[in-house]
Amino acid sequence: MTAGAAARRRLQAGLALASALLLAAGLAAGGEGWSPQALFQLLGSPDAALIVGQIRAPRTLGAWLTGALLGLAGALAQGLFRNPLADPFLLGSASGASLAVVSLLAAGSLGGMPGLLPQIGLVGAAFAGALAGVLLTLLLARGAQHTLRLLLAGVVVGVVLSALSDLLTIAVPEALRGRQAFMLGSTSTLGWEGCAMLALGLVLLLPLAQKLSRVLDALVLGEDSARSLGLPLPALRLALVVLLAAATGLAVAQAGLVAFVGLAAPHLVRRLAPGLHGHLLAASALAGGVLLLAADVVARTLTAPQELPVGLLTAVFGGAYLLWLLNRQREL
Amino acid sequence: MSAVLQALDLSLALGRRRVLHGITLDLWPGWTAIVGPNGAGKSTLLRALAGLLPPDGGEVRLQGRPLAQWPAAERARQIAWLAQQGAPSGDLTVRELVALGRLPHLGLFGTPGPTDEACIDQAMQDTGCAAWAERRLGQLSGGERQRCLLARALAVQAPALLLDEPTTHLDPPQQVAVVRLLRRLGQQGTVLSVLHDLPLALQADRLVVLRDGRLVVTGAHDDRAVHAALAEVFEQALRIERHGNRYMAWPDLG
Repeated sequence: MTAGAAARRRLQAGLALASALLLAAGLAAGGEGWSPQALFQLLGSPDAALIVGQIRAPRTLGAWLTGALLGLAGALAQGLFRNPLADPFLLGSASGASLAVVSLLAAGSLGGMPGLLPQIGLVGAAFAGALAGVLLTLLLARGAQHTLRLLLAGVVVGVVLSALSDLLTIAVPEALRGRQAFMLGSTSTLGWEGCAMLALGLVLLLPLAQKLSRVLDALVLGEDSARSLGLPLPALRLALVVLLAAATGLAVAQAGLVAFVGLAAPHLVRRLAPGLHGHLLAASALAGGVLLLAADVVARTLTAPQELPVGLLTAVFGGAYLLWLLNRQREL
Repeated sequence: MSAVLQALDLSLALGRRRVLHGITLDLWPGWTAIVGPNGAGKSTLLRALAGLLPPDGGEVRLQGRPLAQWPAAERARQIAWLAQQGAPSGDLTVRELVALGRLPHLGLFGTPGPTDEACIDQAMQDTGCAAWAERRLGQLSGGERQRCLLARALAVQAPALLLDEPTTHLDPPQQVAVVRLLRRLGQQGTVLSVLHDLPLALQADRLVVLRDGRLVVTGAHDDRAVHAALAEVFEQALRIERHGNRYMAWPDLG
């Protein structure tokens, strides 16, 4: 085995172990902070099924799954755009989801909610909004052939849809609170139903993305070289954008805008054990799960019994990590 | 028998600027170098011949058949292309990079077999980068990286090899090694390279001289008409003289 392959093995094993430890910590973490003793006490009490089984377990697993989807989406975005600073929310999914949530909240508070909307719910609206945002970006960019056009269209969609959300919250201030909660990102409301959706998404999207990982490897050479290798790039890039949109949409719909996990997870993997995209995608999903679950456990316990929005913590951690990266690059 | 690659009255515009004007050219086995001043359309011609830029007028033919009619994967097995100043990310190892050259044979889902591994090894050996197989591109110098990119193109094992400035970033010994390699490859197949460095280009079997997107002349490296055209397109800034059985270009300082 080469040194690179050994490093990749070690990273995967380390991330799997960290995931297992954090999942246990997530079950033990409650409103009074966390300790194994408190968990054993709780497990013996009649509330165990409700508190651990219905609240902590789905939230813990859901946080890991959301992080995994964001890590996967981040690795897809960075490979697709050949830019280590690319973020899963780059193509308008965040602003689309946000506008959909705000529209639903505004419609609800005005009392004139159309018949279909309550059935869809905020999760469904956010998912549909995220996909609509990406679709709008694709329409404006006239497909996925041109990276720069796609990025510019993503920026335009992001700015315009965010402005529409602002306009709506000015017109209906009652929607502001819900919007803020969505923008900060939260794992506190995740239930088993959400976990099932996230798990299904990850189980479907990760193998599909890995199947297409050689496209991302070839794109490392540049677009012309990738085309010279006989790859039908427009269709393949579109497929990758759809996978990216689906992974981001699912994560955003369940947990709101969790910042930096999608950006930081692939960075972490590349720094510790770089390799081809087949490895990068899977390891980034693992790393994303670990990062978000770690942030979630800290968010629950740092100021217990108060809880911090997890998106706030990931933003602080992510920012600190990027600053550290910046410093290291200056040293090199 | 038809030429390996043919340009027939090829015209091409980039944006509003017309870059190639009615170029007709036959490429046969051997090493051909495209030369000309900056902005002559050398790289554009190479990209059009590789099928990476669709022409506005005329057509490119590969083995007598219009390039547009070739399925993309089959075309990729016939023509290998090396980009000018490729700057791939530093995360891949040299071997992983060179192995990308086998994609036209494997497709997206195939697994490399012993033949593919042998082609990868051969390409790395030919370009002198086998010793760094497990090093990451980020740890290599510009010249070393260029040799790896050349190995990636060689790993395709295509009958036609189209190289845009393959000697960029290389030290003189490495340039000489690449020129030797191109001459050897020219004996086995069709090699077409854009070269900025005229002394190196004069080592090719044939030269294609371009100016302002037009073909000035094409001929053998020892063809007097080619030498005269070179002196003319480079505004008499150089002299071409015979040394042994090869020709050399010198700066003409008056």
